[in-house]
Amino acid sequence: MTIEELEQIALSVRQENAKYDYELNVCMDLACASQGAEKLKDALVKAAEAGAKRVLVRRTGCMGPCSHGPLVRIDPDETLYSRVQAEDAYRIVASLGGALAAGLECDLHEHFDSQVRVVLENAGYIDPEKIDDYIARDGYKALLTVLTEMTPNGVTHRITESGLRGRGGGGYPTGLKWGTVAKAAGNQKYVVCNGDEGDPGAFMDRSVMEGDPHRVIEGMAIAAYAVGANKGFIYVRAEYPVAVSRLTTAIREARRRGLLGNNICNTVFNFDVEIRLGAGAFVCGEETALIASIEGKRGTPRTRPPYPAASGLWGKPTLINNVETFANIAPIVRNGGKWFHDMGSERSKGTKVFALTGKIANTGLVEVPMGIKLREIIEKIGGGVPEGHTFKAVQTGGPSGGCIPAEMLDVGVSYDALLKMGSIMGSGGMIVMDDTSCMVNVARFFVEFCMTESCGKCIPCRAGTAQMHTLLTKISNGTGTLEDLELLEDLCSTVKEASLCGLGQTAPNPVLSTLKYFRHEYIEHIIEKRCRAGVCAMEISAEVTA
Amino acid sequence: MAAFIPPPLPSEDKRWKIVNGTMRKNGFARHALIETLHTVQSSFGYLDDDAIRFVAQSLRVPLSQAYGVVTFYHHFSLKPPGRHTLTVCAGTACYIKGADKLIAAAEERLGIAPGKTTADGEVSLMMARCVGACSRAPVALCDGEVHGEMTCRHLCEQLERWKAQ
Repeated sequence: MTIEELEQIALSVRQENAKYDYELNVCMDLACASQGAEKLKDALVKAAEAGAKRVLVRRTGCMGPCSHGPLVRIDPDETLYSRVQAEDAYRIVASLGGALAAGLECDLHEHFDSQVRVVLENAGYIDPEKIDDYIARDGYKALLTVLTEMTPNGVTHRITESGLRGRGGGGYPTGLKWGTVAKAAGNQKYVVCNGDEGDPGAFMDRSVMEGDPHRVIEGMAIAAYAVGANKGFIYVRAEYPVAVSRLTTAIREARRRGLLGNNICNTVFNFDVEIRLGAGAFVCGEETALIASIEGKRGTPRTRPPYPAASGLWGKPTLINNVETFANIAPIVRNGGKWFHDMGSERSKGTKVFALTGKIANTGLVEVPMGIKLREIIEKIGGGVPEGHTFKAVQTGGPSGGCIPAEMLDVGVSYDALLKMGSIMGSGGMIVMDDTSCMVNVARFFVEFCMTESCGKCIPCRAGTAQMHTLLTKISNGTGTLEDLELLEDLCSTVKEASLCGLGQTAPNPVLSTLKYFRHEYIEHIIEKRCRAGVCAMEISAEVTA
Repeated sequence: MAAFIPPPLPSEDKRWKIVNGTMRKNGFARHALIETLHTVQSSFGYLDDDAIRFVAQSLRVPLSQAYGVVTFYHHFSLKPPGRHTLTVCAGTACYIKGADKLIAAAEERLGIAPGKTTADGEVSLMMARCVGACSRAPVALCDGEVHGEMTCRHLCEQLERWKAQ
């Protein structure tokens, strides 16, 4: 495959698409599929065949506003139809070129206007199982440019210049990591893509792997060239069977096109990718545990250093990046480091994809420039908390993150700002809670999660989370005391300071952040034996103690 | 040293050939343990002693290590699943939107706790750690099929349908 051949493919796809008057893009991501998108697509194909106009029906990945699904976008008009059912197929096809089909149109301008799409640029525009669709949207151009025109150091330099930081949550500068692996001694190096999206409430990596799998593969191949690796692994959770099948197809197609394998683009560069399945362990998102799991062992973390960059998979230098990090690579290479660096805030560059869920009008995936205010994401893009209820908190960072209260909503989103507020960026889950959520209960939920997911290797995490859970259970059922609260805080700092890996070190975050901003709720449970949200069942009622 | 001879297949069951295929594809390398266990579980529905023993011997992994891996990961099950499986997602978004009520309803209807199968072997009740369909929370999987915005009523209707089959 050469750049000329790539352009030839892109051209022929465009010519093929130009034969059609209209394109009906049907979102078939999990959320829309669960509402009947599969049937809808079949009905649209049937209706299109029966109609007089030349209509292309295309299956696409997630378009974003999942709560309005199943979604259909009609191009070239860019009309978006929401909550479409199979019964609507004929009238949609009949309406093409005329007035809009009544009752289906939705106005989501406010939702889309503040978004900037880099990682999700192809979401809703390509068929994830067609490599040519990806190529037609500049796919693999970055890889071939890198192989023919740039040195490995030049690639790393461009990534460093962009200011990209790891999107898995830690925010480690990607260029720096690549540079370390590139400099590490050894002939055998590996590139690993962390697709073990374990944070409950986050699904952007799933969406990228399912909706635009080639983007991840291209990013990995570029990384491999930069660090001198010839073998890659994508570690995907077993809970994502569609992602596994899409990636399998994508790898096969890329090999067939000569974009993976030996002598890619007639150069000396060899690179191939294998998929490894997770088996349901949250701790495997931690890099050393993930490595153990790829090696076929129990996913327990080990002490660092040595970092995987020096000694990773089978003891060889290994580069591990998250799905979204790899998804940012091709656009950075194509558009230059400065382009990416110009977006975002002072120390957090580019864009970030968030999975907006919970008590909010527009749930789904959004991609926004770093530095955007939380309020804008929640009220404007998310459409706010549905009527009748009031906003209480937004939870970011999953079980390692924290709850941010209403008074902090005017803070811009960045790695540092979220950390300062007692939460973390995490992988990008954003769960909105209203007055029907009890913060003690939420803290207990996360601690229970960490307790069951603790691998058991180190005592602070194994025993500490269990004790924290006992104390939180006591407080939430009204049998807790103020001494218990003190003990809980004490325990939080011990678990945070003494645990071996990120799971334990961050497990107290949901408790600490709710204690920081919602301490009064804890006190109410303890003193007044009352849960203001009405979630916790009290064993001792206020009357008895009075 | 004598060349390693893999153990014979445990039985005539054709599914063992699929399992063997996964191991062969990976050159019987030790790191293929998890991959192979996945194949066993997807072929047989669960992992029994014979299966773990066979895989451990074939890959030359100590039995204790294979058993350690099986019990470490939530995905692997040592018990056969019911004819139908109801999985309620217990991720954060589902929890906030009332997944606990769904679990309670299913527990009451089936008379079993999550992770168990009814005595007649009909239905297994499971909890998932987020299936990634958070935007349609709460979510339940009926025999693997994702249902968004699940209600107690829908859930009970599904259980009734399975019963009627």
